[in-house]
Amino acid sequence: MARIQIDGQFYSVPEGNNVLSTCLSLGLDLPYFCWHPAMGSAGACRQCAIIQYKDEEDTRGRLVMACMTPVTDNLRISLNAEQARQFRRDNIELLMTNHPHDCPVCEEGGECHLQDMTHMTGHNLRRYRGRKRTHNNQNLGPFINHEMNRCIACYRCTRFYNEYAGCDDLQVFGIHNNVYFGRFEDGALESEFSGNLVEVCPTGVFTDKTFSAHFTRKWDLQTAPSICVHCSLGCNISPGERYGELRRIVNRYNGDVNGYFLCDRGRFGYDFVNSSKRIQHPRIKQRNACIQTAKEHFHQLLTRAKRTIGIGSPRATLEANFALRSLVGETNFFSGIEDTEYQLLQTVSQIIRDGGIHSPSMREVEQADALLILGEDVTHSAPRLALSLRQAARNVSIELAASALHVPSWQNAAVREIEKQALTPVFIASIGRTRLDDIALDTYHGSPDYLANFGFAIAHYLDSSAPEANALDADENKLAHTIAAALKQAKRPLIVSGTSCSSLAVIQAAYNIAKALPSPNRQLTFSLPECNSLGLALMAGNDLQQAFTAIEQGQADTVVILENDLYRRAEKQKVDAFLETAEQLVVIDSLKNPTTEKADLLLPAASFAESEGTLVNNEGRAQRYFPVYPAPDSICASWQWLLGTMENSSWQHHDDLTTACAQAFPDLTAITQVAPGADYRVKGSKIPRQPHRYSGRTALHANIDVSEPGQPTDSETPFAYSMEGNMAQVPPALLPVVWSPGWDSNQAINKFQEETGGHLREGDAGIRLFEVSGTLAWFNGIPKPYISEPGVWEVMALPHIFGSEELSLQSPAIAQRLATVCALMNPLDAEQAGIDNGDCVIISDLSGASLLTTVIQIDTNLSSAGLLCITAGHPKFQALKMGMQVTLRKFNSDSEVGS
Amino acid sequence: MKQTAEKSTSEDLTALEIQEINAIINHYEDHTSVAIEALNIVQKHRRWISDSTLKAVADFLQISLAHLESVATFDNLIYRQPVGNTVIHYCNSVTCWMLGSEQIREHLCQRLHVEPGETSADGQYTILPIVCLGACHRAPAALVGDELKIDLNTDAIDEILKR
Ligand code: SF4
Ligand code: SF4
Ligand code: FES
Repeated sequence: MARIQIDGQFYSVPEGNNVLSTCLSLGLDLPYFCWHPAMGSAGACRQCAIIQYKDEEDTRGRLVMACMTPVTDNLRISLNAEQARQFRRDNIELLMTNHPHDCPVCEEGGECHLQDMTHMTGHNLRRYRGRKRTHNNQNLGPFINHEMNRCIACYRCTRFYNEYAGCDDLQVFGIHNNVYFGRFEDGALESEFSGNLVEVCPTGVFTDKTFSAHFTRKWDLQTAPSICVHCSLGCNISPGERYGELRRIVNRYNGDVNGYFLCDRGRFGYDFVNSSKRIQHPRIKQRNACIQTAKEHFHQLLTRAKRTIGIGSPRATLEANFALRSLVGETNFFSGIEDTEYQLLQTVSQIIRDGGIHSPSMREVEQADALLILGEDVTHSAPRLALSLRQAARNVSIELAASALHVPSWQNAAVREIEKQALTPVFIASIGRTRLDDIALDTYHGSPDYLANFGFAIAHYLDSSAPEANALDADENKLAHTIAAALKQAKRPLIVSGTSCSSLAVIQAAYNIAKALPSPNRQLTFSLPECNSLGLALMAGNDLQQAFTAIEQGQADTVVILENDLYRRAEKQKVDAFLETAEQLVVIDSLKNPTTEKADLLLPAASFAESEGTLVNNEGRAQRYFPVYPAPDSICASWQWLLGTMENSSWQHHDDLTTACAQAFPDLTAITQVAPGADYRVKGSKIPRQPHRYSGRTALHANIDVSEPGQPTDSETPFAYSMEGNMAQVPPALLPVVWSPGWDSNQAINKFQEETGGHLREGDAGIRLFEVSGTLAWFNGIPKPYISEPGVWEVMALPHIFGSEELSLQSPAIAQRLATVCALMNPLDAEQAGIDNGDCVIISDLSGASLLTTVIQIDTNLSSAGLLCITAGHPKFQALKMGMQVTLRKFNSDSEVGS
Repeated sequence: MKQTAEKSTSEDLTALEIQEINAIINHYEDHTSVAIEALNIVQKHRRWISDSTLKAVADFLQISLAHLESVATFDNLIYRQPVGNTVIHYCNSVTCWMLGSEQIREHLCQRLHVEPGETSADGQYTILPIVCLGACHRAPAALVGDELKIDLNTDAIDEILKR
């Protein structure tokens, strides 16, 4: 600790950090632009000037940049000295000479870091009367607007984009007073994390294009704390609503989970909520019905049923799944996941619960000093995690900088320079190329069986008591030894695997490696398919096939399907047979899909933005989301539909369900503590969803009725659909947005953290359900390598950030960035089959029935023979499922016209 | 940065250019660091760097086009637009400015009927500013082609343009 003096006040603070960050952590207001807690200091903007004094005698001091000055014992500084204030005022005046002062038409206005800082420095009068340099803007794709004239050249954007996110199509061009931040030419930004520019840029250069399409000022948005539903990581988000429409998503800081950043799927995938595919009314036999009739009908169907089975969903909340399970009874509840995935998830949950290995948060992932990714292209299967892995890749150089050169980690440019000399050992074993290959020291490619075998070999080299794998060839063997050695040496080794390969052996091999690691700080994490995959796995239930069997054999006649399009889970014929054989079919869901089309009774479900519930992410962290705005009258939350039809139930509210669910499953006991319940009050009042400046409440609906309607009530959560209430000292799990006097921009988060970039005061939201305990025996199911038959290909349906996830796919912006429709093939296979890059082929199943036509792309990274890689879940590839065997024939446009 | 929407195509580097780049490539830690030298080499042969030349260099070095453009537009001596036979860079940094670089600029522009950044109608000269040439003690200074000219005044300029 260091004792320092700021404007005559003494503080005791940690040594070694920079002064800016320290001042902000102390709650002091000091303007800045280029410094960012996740990206360190650049010293580029000159906004954080302060006076530093040599000693007690020094009365003049000298001007220094706080972000570039380390905290040392006896440091004496002044933030308030007139000279420093003057400098900061002048600096912003200069930064603003070229700024167009167009706040009224700028999407950043009202939550702009530049506005906040201008105000804070007291630069209130515009004196510059000269010409302003102007720029042409670029079309950067469906996600991001570009308005370069607003730039103050802080370099945050390129530092985030190039250094933090590892992508190089956004750059800075030009020199001195004429710099331009953009792409070489118009075109969509290539990074999967481009949306963060919106929050990283302190001005209105980069703004959210999807938000612009239905823009509302921040102060007019209604918000509630929420959780992203588009993958298994559970990033924390703040969705904003106006006029019953979801307008945008911004990051909600969680120091353990997503920190400051989201992926583009999570940020721009929200528009499905507003989609024309939303089911707006209950439908009985394809006809609209009112809520009351639908409820009665639901009840009648259930009374009439001989036996009802319920099909749950990994994208529905714990509470909704639990309500269904309670309605139909434990033995009639099926998890709605097809059997392979079901097995994978059971194994993962067993490992997380009893494996004795730490399942890390993303913050912990960033601390790893050696890592192996087995079988995942993480950027596509668990996007935000890939950003964390990229940071982990820097740890060895950060340590080297600190130990050998005494350069602190926040000295960004210096540490980046050292990176050329030393990087964390990162190894990637995957089916084909991945988006993290650029940080990998070495890569290994093969089919899932090969990957698993390779993994088992590494485990055995780490610990000879682990089962031995099938023999590797010389090069592979050498690589396996190298990886084992690097992992063994590491203090905090990390193994990343997941369900993308649909291979139990891959997951088991990952566990064996982690178990074989000597370090007590070893970590193992899995990427899972959906937002509540782990939660559902913890509730057991049976796999989907058993549900099919129950109906097929006439053991049951009625089916209730909860938020689950079965056509995405199993082959069409099977699902067709199942849905047609069921005498009564009830489907609860929010968007129309092939399954909802078949429903006898279709119940419209509220989306995540209009309902509440608990999800368990891949780490085993339970988190709750809350309704941002009430669902229209004709739509109910899934749990409400289900609860509404339970006779004599003592459960009335969502909290009752959470409590009952916690009691029913020992693993889930802690979910009641995820967030305070509906009766929680801050100094006697509810927490407002609307900011205190929310405007137009009386006029919002005047076109419908001039008398102001009462605010909707909310009996399920501690929040009010109102601007009245208490926002002070709200616990992190209930914090809808961040705001602090003088800090309208997202930088207000500084005021809510223990220290800048650290945990939220009172602890980050969410409850970890599992801590390290137990151990499992070595897995020994070492797979025989898959030998391809000539002429037969095995389908590898692999995740893609834009295209594989069901809900985000219905958002127009995401749909525009959809993965290219093509199938990847290894060069040797292609040569033998006489297929060239770009050829069109017809894919048929083994019976010869043709399924679809697609373009072939030859990928030199696919080393295993006989694999055909496609985008999982892509609408174009619906007919192909993971692991299916298919044949190919070249599409001959002359002879097959019209086929 | 590219201002027009026209699609540029990648053209190939000549054997000589490739040979010259290969000769220096190993002097650097990585390909990104070769960027400036490679651009210099190619510009020596082509006088300026067109979009398609830029693409060819980026492809050859296997670095991103945007990154190479970032380097090219930062460097005062890499020309991303056609230039005249001789480029005159007058220094506009502080010492030269104090000792009359504005008159030098005005005189140059008046004589050649151009604005800074433009090329004379006969294609002989292009006028561009440049930052400090390290000749403050003999200011004002300019770079004419690759020759440093010092102690400039209007007569000296007339002399230069006579050649
Ligand atoms: S575009 Fe934004 S982030 Fe980038 S330099 Fe300009 S102001 Fe900074
Ligand atoms: S990484 Fe996953 S949870 Fe996070 S924003 Fe992206 S899709 Fe959502
Ligand atoms: S924040 Fe310190 S110089 Fe920019």
